[in-house]
Amino acid sequence: MLNVEQLRGPVDQSSKAGIPVSFVINGSRQELVIPPWITLLDLLREHLQLTGTKKGCDHGQCGACTVLIDGMRINSCLVLAVSRDGAEVTTIEGVAAGRDMHPLQSAFVEHDAFQCGYCTPGQICSAIGLLAEGRAHTRAEIREHMSGNLCRCGAYTNIADAIEHVMRQGAAAREAAE
Amino acid sequence: MNRFDYVRPDTISDAIKALAVPDARALAGGTNLVDLMKYEVARPSRIVDINRLPLKAIETTAEGGLKIGALVTNSDLAWNATVHEHFPLLASAILAGASPQLRNAATTGGNLLQRTRCYYFYDPSTACNKRVPGSGCSAIGGVNRIHAILGASDECIAVHPSDMCVALAALDASVDVEGPDGKRNIPFTAFHRLPGTEPHLDNTMAAGELITGIHLSRCDFGINHTYVKIRDRLSYAFALVSVAVGLKLKAGVIEKVHVALGGVAHKPWRDLDAEAALKGQRPERAAFAEFAGQVVAQARGQGQNDFKIELARRTIIRALEQAAAGTPQHQSNKSLQQEK
Amino acid sequence: MSVTEASHIGRPTNRVDGPLKVTGQARYAAEYPAPDLLYGYLVGSTIAAGRITAIHLDLARSVPGVVEIFTHENRGKAAWLDRSWRDEVAPPGHPFRPLHSERILFDGQPIALVVAETYEAARDAASLIHAEYETAEHCTELERKRSEAYVPPEKRSGIPPPPDPRGDAEQAFEEAPVKISRDYRVNAEHHNPMEMFGTTCVFEGEGRLTIYDKTQGSQNAQGYVTSVFGLKSKNVRVVNHYVGGAFGSGLRPQHQLFFAVMAAIELERSVRVSLTRAQMFHIGYRPDNFQTVSLAADREGRLQSIMHDVVAATSRYEDHQEVVVNWSGMMYHCDNVKLSYRLAKLDTATPCDMRAPGAAIGVTALECALDELSYEVGIDPLEIRRLNFASKDENTDKQFTSKALHACYSEGAAAFGWNERKPEPRSMRERQELIGWGVSTGMWDAFLQKAEARAKLSADGRLEVSTAASDIGTGTWTILTQIGADAFGIPLEDVTARIGDSTLPTSPVEGGSWTAASNGSAVQAACEAVKQTLFKHARKMANSPLAAAELEDVDVSKGRIFRRDDPGRSLTIVEVMHAADLQAIEETGKVGPSLLQMTKYVSYTHSAVFAEVRVDEDLGVVRVTRVVCAVAAGRILNPKTARSQILGGVVMGIGMALHEEGITDHRLGKIMNHNLAEYHIPAHADIEDIDVIFVDEHDDKVSPLGVKGIGEIGIVGTAAAVANAIFHATGKRVRDFPITIDKLIAA
Repeated sequence: MLNVEQLRGPVDQSSKAGIPVSFVINGSRQELVIPPWITLLDLLREHLQLTGTKKGCDHGQCGACTVLIDGMRINSCLVLAVSRDGAEVTTIEGVAAGRDMHPLQSAFVEHDAFQCGYCTPGQICSAIGLLAEGRAHTRAEIREHMSGNLCRCGAYTNIADAIEHVMRQGAAAREAAE
Repeated sequence: MNRFDYVRPDTISDAIKALAVPDARALAGGTNLVDLMKYEVARPSRIVDINRLPLKAIETTAEGGLKIGALVTNSDLAWNATVHEHFPLLASAILAGASPQLRNAATTGGNLLQRTRCYYFYDPSTACNKRVPGSGCSAIGGVNRIHAILGASDECIAVHPSDMCVALAALDASVDVEGPDGKRNIPFTAFHRLPGTEPHLDNTMAAGELITGIHLSRCDFGINHTYVKIRDRLSYAFALVSVAVGLKLKAGVIEKVHVALGGVAHKPWRDLDAEAALKGQRPERAAFAEFAGQVVAQARGQGQNDFKIELARRTIIRALEQAAAGTPQHQSNKSLQQEK
Repeated sequence: MSVTEASHIGRPTNRVDGPLKVTGQARYAAEYPAPDLLYGYLVGSTIAAGRITAIHLDLARSVPGVVEIFTHENRGKAAWLDRSWRDEVAPPGHPFRPLHSERILFDGQPIALVVAETYEAARDAASLIHAEYETAEHCTELERKRSEAYVPPEKRSGIPPPPDPRGDAEQAFEEAPVKISRDYRVNAEHHNPMEMFGTTCVFEGEGRLTIYDKTQGSQNAQGYVTSVFGLKSKNVRVVNHYVGGAFGSGLRPQHQLFFAVMAAIELERSVRVSLTRAQMFHIGYRPDNFQTVSLAADREGRLQSIMHDVVAATSRYEDHQEVVVNWSGMMYHCDNVKLSYRLAKLDTATPCDMRAPGAAIGVTALECALDELSYEVGIDPLEIRRLNFASKDENTDKQFTSKALHACYSEGAAAFGWNERKPEPRSMRERQELIGWGVSTGMWDAFLQKAEARAKLSADGRLEVSTAASDIGTGTWTILTQIGADAFGIPLEDVTARIGDSTLPTSPVEGGSWTAASNGSAVQAACEAVKQTLFKHARKMANSPLAAAELEDVDVSKGRIFRRDDPGRSLTIVEVMHAADLQAIEETGKVGPSLLQMTKYVSYTHSAVFAEVRVDEDLGVVRVTRVVCAVAAGRILNPKTARSQILGGVVMGIGMALHEEGITDHRLGKIMNHNLAEYHIPAHADIEDIDVIFVDEHDDKVSPLGVKGIGEIGIVGTAAAVANAIFHATGKRVRDFPITIDKLIAA
């Protein structure tokens, strides 16, 4: 049960509220002073106005907050920002090359791989991670390796189509280059 | 989430010093601790960020074993070439858990310290002996469909949620810890504990100790292993029951068998007596059924989770069949194959 | 003037809002910045019934950054009368008033709002609030209240109660040679849209508020705010450009709207309040229910009697009602029908419409029962459905404006390969898995609601169409753009749709699958009005080539107005506007149901759903490997986005069949799996092949556009098709949804 006496203990009033950190976010360096209890997700959304990264559950149970940290797909809601000091962070706002959309972004539009659009940035960042990892080759593997991204609108088959399309394009391009 | 002190030591000894205050917690991947902090289940006075410690290596030992640093991520471990080749059971179990994103952040040490998914543990408005010792166990007589069928006590029926740990139990791993009183190595089966009268203690680490790594000795299961996980949806869900099996077959009989169960107890469950009884037998369904019957003989349901006893029995048999056939479960394949 | 030949309508068209969504530029309610924004965090009650006796705020107030804490003791001023709190879609009863008093009506009821300079401070402080309670007895268990069920004394607007019995269902049941009577239950479900409920209330000064809210109706939310807080309508604007799913949960104003606005008014600053995922389990749900379906047939399978009785949950304070049983009186031909629908009060929040409210649970029970009957009769489950086809609505004795259900059956069956099905349960197997094929019929309303739209054609040939509709993922942005583009024969790029704003022309809430038909037809009507005005000006011009033409002789396309029989006789839009000295022509259009037509006709969408499951019988693991959903929904405006709607409905139907269930500890009156790790919705791995077929269906009566709407039909019947497939695979009939491993192991 919640116990008021108990709650008083852990709160350390002498805590330093500001810790200097440095990130490269979508290619630009950010020097910030932040409290340790702010998550990367809230830092992006509430302080850096990068609201493309979504909060769907805030507990690592939906994948909407997926960003790329040093190239790896990670749930930003469970990351205390200070703990990733020095990292390179790529959000949905930074995945495109200049004015052209990332091939996955175009494929998502083309395959209607979303409806409400709220899980979409997380799905796309996750799919970018999946392609970079190079471990999913079959449809079943795409499904399994995308299962950390829930979509309540139920666009799963279209999402898998979009990812498979880009994956095959990539494979074809590699073959052509060889 | 409460406010807390934040320190980021560079050395293990500094980390241990920093942890020596009441309610200090070590932060690695954060996938469980930050979650618990947001639910107000964990309210640390100090976060000791250990991510800068030199614990990220996977090293092969001279005798063909492995030493895995505590900060190796679940993904790095699962996809490590040596692990894939020589410890595929471990890789498979890791890939059965959580999601790629979580595995990219979660660490080896953190996985061992993952706390239960008991609904009541997670809801500070309810009584829970694990969260607040002495407050009672709401799961007994409550919503306990996912709870323990083995080794539970009258004070706690929570289960350990990890998949990786089930494989580590089957692989007879051991855990390196370091604390104010020095270093020690804990056999995996002695690392996690049963709830007994102190369910707030998940493991046998002393206060202020830190996991530094995992040891695995050479694995001789070859292709005769599998990890089978049964859950309420086909991915991204905790196990109702999971089974890790490693077999060594010689001349048509079982020379060595390790079976660990997940989702059924407060710790990954091994039944050494049953394993001993299976040794020397032919790898056939009748022997597997007898083994499974022996493992669940002591099982006790809580009402809603009674089905897990039968489910565990059947899953053990299926996993043994897969391991014996040398057809380990691929975690992207949702058909739990059975060789006939 | 006739409708210009369609070049966009009916074509698979990418979402016009797609690029914004895939680049993260589409802003949702909690994403709008505001100067000096404050953050609110809600605290919920920890008991299900009783009263607060004390609430301790000192610790919370000591957290740096806390600005104010609102409780029932210091809440802002709000309306007194029930009717001021009743929104457009509220059921009868006493609407919930946050912080109204010390009384607790359900677990998780908001009892305090912390407002702070940062989100983190508000969250921290909220955890330090401690309330003391005097508990009262509570009941959250429908089974215990079943005997106290009652017929709701006041009908919910728009929800017809069950029809009077016809024939003598009991006697026909007694006398029939083949019969079944079974109990079914679909456990409580929670909407769980991916976007959590949030409101950013921007305090503009001078009494004006701009409110970004997660809602399915900006005008419903605006009406609620003005009425609850006594504000002038012109001072309150609600915006919901993008809505991250809702599925019915955003039909009624949710807690965060009240709290954000109350705090903004009291503190005279902008405030953002978001619910947590756990808090979203206390804002309404698909009600738990007990259903009994009794069916009787002759030896050939012709239905002789249908009886369907339902008891569904509601709250202590409102009588939430849905159309659950009426479907059983109109889906099939039967002379003897008796339907009943009652409510039972629980100590929970009021249930809330969730995708295909009523039908999703009622049709599930009926379609499982009919499947059971088909085995009793010994005929194919698809055949028994064809055999009992209803050619009119026998509840009301009215004709269907269209019903291409036979085409759904045949095209769906062909695509699925139904004729390969072996009739015996347990007769299809591959390795360790039993294979089962199941079918279900689906049905949902095709409503046309009152709606208004505005169209504005500029001299440069660009068109703007606007209506206060919402796009919750449904494709509304896109279809309104297509409709506008076709009206003037211009490319999509030259059309701007404006929706999601309470200041736009009147629109109903986005729900019931009526938006495409209603708002779409209103946009079309507005465009027609613009064309008429354009023609009027064109004809008046000196030496007009259209001087002798009548309205029906001309058309507009590619920037010109011309005679259809002689396209050379034309004027450019620019010429006409220049001559009339106009920058733009702006007109409004209105649509609404035809009462005259409603005396003779009813309109519904229909579907046939085919499902394949593979069941590992030993382990109780079910995989849904194939679904074919064939839909008759009139004219399909955009096959691409329409298909997605059906896919989504099917996925949610699979969730209903296998996964979804709010699990309550009835001792505590608490939902225990209030998160997305333990309330399972289908994940990628659970969804394999889904094939969507739109059969041809021409309907010139259902709506001016010939559109029926497709938001709900995809879920109706899907759970039954999966359950029926599981029976076919295993011979096990589970009547308690979701069909989880424990139930299959035990069966």
